[in-house]
Amino acid sequence: MNNFLSSPWPWYISGPLIGLMVPLLLWLGNKPFGISSSLRHICAACLPSKAKFFDYAWKKQSWNIVLVLGIVVGGFLGGVVFKNPEDVDLSENLKQTMSQLGLSDLSGFHPQEIFNWQSLLTARGFLFVILGGFMVGFGTRYADGCTSGHAILGMSALNWVSLVATVCFFIGGLIMTHLLIPLILK
Amino acid sequence: MQNIKFFIVGIAFGFVAIKAEIGSWFRIQEMFHFQSFHMYGIICSAIAVGATSYWLMKKLNIKTSEGETPHIVPKVFTKGTVIGGLLFGMGWALTGACPGPMYAMIGGGLTVMVIGLFSAILGTYVYGNLKDKLPH
Repeated sequence: MNNFLSSPWPWYISGPLIGLMVPLLLWLGNKPFGISSSLRHICAACLPSKAKFFDYAWKKQSWNIVLVLGIVVGGFLGGVVFKNPEDVDLSENLKQTMSQLGLSDLSGFHPQEIFNWQSLLTARGFLFVILGGFMVGFGTRYADGCTSGHAILGMSALNWVSLVATVCFFIGGLIMTHLLIPLILK
Repeated sequence: MQNIKFFIVGIAFGFVAIKAEIGSWFRIQEMFHFQSFHMYGIICSAIAVGATSYWLMKKLNIKTSEGETPHIVPKVFTKGTVIGGLLFGMGWALTGACPGPMYAMIGGGLTVMVIGLFSAILGTYVYGNLKDKLPH
């Protein structure tokens, strides 16, 4: 049991479990599986603004903030309490790509050479963590959803808009991965 | 108190997100380099299960626990679907985490991602204040 909780789960177990979030949230309260909305609710609740975009009954959406607090706790259980003692089982091709990019430390989920507190003050850390985070927050609201709200929930409802959004997520990711990240890490 | 069930769902999702490794920058790179089936398998099987269960709920007329008819409000197409989608995709490749896994990674020990989350909140805040000036 302990081994099952600490080892990574293959896609055919973890994927369907993620998909079950859709009916589970619908059944519990007719709620849409969508996580980036929480960023908007946090703004509406905590930051001063005259913008109409933040003028709504966010308290009615507090379930969404409670959900993301739960995700932090679940992340702690999965990543600290039941931490996988092994490195991520990455493909040989990816390892080769990483070495071409000059990243040698493949332990953990993120390259520690970039994602640490000290590097925040360097161009790399700024671009990957701060600019990257900004684009996630700005882009998801502009597109009205992220991987959960569009790629999983919207596609589950067979909505073509979500298919367009998901394709755009991928195009953006491909541009960044193939054109820009090699430049940044040069 | 009503919300406790969503806290528990969040814990479950956060745990699965770590076990699925969908918050791993390396996994996201592997996906965008087409070097592993892992992420594609997760996304496709999640959609398959989500779509089938939503279809079944409709077909079998299953009500929510509060007696409502389950409904997913369809999102509307705007220019933002494309522009925002591209921007988010680029941010996804940079941070190696979409919003859900971002929260999970903070709990999972990648403390510097708190700054990524603050930036994401700031990005949403800037979008909300500029919304009327952006093409939609």
